Amino acid sequence: MSSEPGPEETEAVAVEPTVRSTSDAVDFRSFPGARGLRLIERHARFYRRLWLVVASGAAEPLFYLLSVGIGIGGLIGTVPGPAGHPVPYREFVAPGLLAVSALNGALNDSTFNVYGRLKFEKLYDSVLATPLGAQDVALAEIGWAVVRGILYAVPFLIVMAAMGLIVSPWALLALPVAALVAFATAAAGVALTTYMKSWQDFEYVVLVSVPLFLFSGTFFPLSVYPHVIGLIVEWTPLYQGVVILRDLVLGAPTWALLWRAAYLAAIGALGLAVSGRRIARLLLV
Amino acid sequence: MVLATERARPALAQVPGAWELSVRAFRCWLVMYRRTWRASVWSSVLGPLFYLGAMGYGLGSLVDKNGTAALGGVPYVVFVAPAVLAVLAMNTAITNSMFPVFGAMRWNSIYVAARATMLRPADINRGHLLFITMRIAMNSACFVIVMAALGLIRSWWAVLLLPASVLLGLAFAAPVAAWTVTLKTTTPMNYIVRFGSIPLSLFSGTFFPISQLPAWIRPLAYATPLWHGAALCRSLALGTVTAGSAAIHVGYLAAMAAIGLWAGARSYRRRLYV
Repeated sequence: MSSEPGPEETEAVAVEPTVRSTSDAVDFRSFPGARGLRLIERHARFYRRLWLVVASGAAEPLFYLLSVGIGIGGLIGTVPGPAGHPVPYREFVAPGLLAVSALNGALNDSTFNVYGRLKFEKLYDSVLATPLGAQDVALAEIGWAVVRGILYAVPFLIVMAAMGLIVSPWALLALPVAALVAFATAAAGVALTTYMKSWQDFEYVVLVSVPLFLFSGTFFPLSVYPHVIGLIVEWTPLYQGVVILRDLVLGAPTWALLWRAAYLAAIGALGLAVSGRRIARLLLV
Repeated sequence: MVLATERARPALAQVPGAWELSVRAFRCWLVMYRRTWRASVWSSVLGPLFYLGAMGYGLGSLVDKNGTAALGGVPYVVFVAPAVLAVLAMNTAITNSMFPVFGAMRWNSIYVAARATMLRPADINRGHLLFITMRIAMNSACFVIVMAALGLIRSWWAVLLLPASVLLGLAFAAPVAAWTVTLKTTTPMNYIVRFGSIPLSLFSGTFFPISQLPAWIRPLAYATPLWHGAALCRSLALGTVTAGSAAIHVGYLAAMAAIGLWAGARSYRRRLYV
């Protein structure tokens, strides 16, 4: 899950002293993140009883694929694909919705659920009574949200393959990229959630995620927009994920995709660093 | 027996009628809404506009390029706008009759407090539905105004769009509220959204004509309440309304609302009179 091992190691060292004063977890120091796995295990056990909730969340982008891809796709015909070649609309929209499914899985968990655990369940207060520290909590919450993003992306990929919407063997990289989208989303989600003051603030999550979902090049190419709006859309993390996945699945990868992936990784690393600090402040000070 | 009813009558005479009592329950929700309305403006007004922009204009530009014969010859955005209105009415109804109803029963216990007054369970149910109806009317009115401003309305029949979308909303709100009040956990509400309102909003002849669906599934789509609501709204906005089809749509939706009101009176009574 921790596809970016770099930043959290340095962060863990930075936050560690305050955390370790409450516990002696020396044995675990050789592998930062190992303690966080315990919290991920807790969530996995918790959700085993609620598997239908996870399954229903995974079904949502599939409904969109059938409705928009097949239904509206029949009205559209072909659109210009990655290299300018026309592709059937359903092949165009499927990778976009794959990115959305990874984003959805990660976003719900890293915002609403983290807030609930932080403010109402007081889960992290109990967690800090164990050898786990604030950085472990941040890592585990982001890790679990990534797991959920992957749980949403895998069935979507299977359906895509079954419908013949995967054109190229490059699609083997689609799952790691979906995990990267989930990581960037989850890290940003947890970081922003630590600044939330009440449930009302979550209106803004909806306010951001709906246009992100609709306008990030998911449903139509950027050429539909005026040029200026296209420039803004280029900066959204979902758009970057959509482009990478679309180019891979449709078999037109370029080196430029690495830059886009680096951009997503940077958002994730920044979110992870901020989350760790903020959770430490909220819980220990 | 005769004596008992004789004696009870003077006291009963002072109890206000069902309508008056329902309005009292409604006013409680109004007081709360006056303090919290700001948060709801974003999601209820901007949300559907985002959908209209992305689907109607964004995707619409691709659809129109390919020809609009399947849509009856109108631009895609004109085709889809009345359906977005219908989806908005349905979603407003469902969101307002799930968590608020559950909360009023289980968390802040507004219903339990209301039970201690002379309000009967059916009044509490109808009062809450009055408030939900008001919210549906507010959101729908905003959207109809935007539709008119963008030139997406083709007929004077469109003045009936507001009552039509309110009826559609009530057809969902009444049964959903009747069901929600019986719940013990919030989990089943997720299923109503994921397996109910989302597939309904995607496949009920809203974003594409039902003729695009495989033939075997079309009867199912025609049977959904949202199709009746969306078809009614579309015929009003485009001016293609006929008396026969309108009567079927209105009758279907009114029957759902009536069944919901009946079921709500029953389920509220069961939950509130322990």
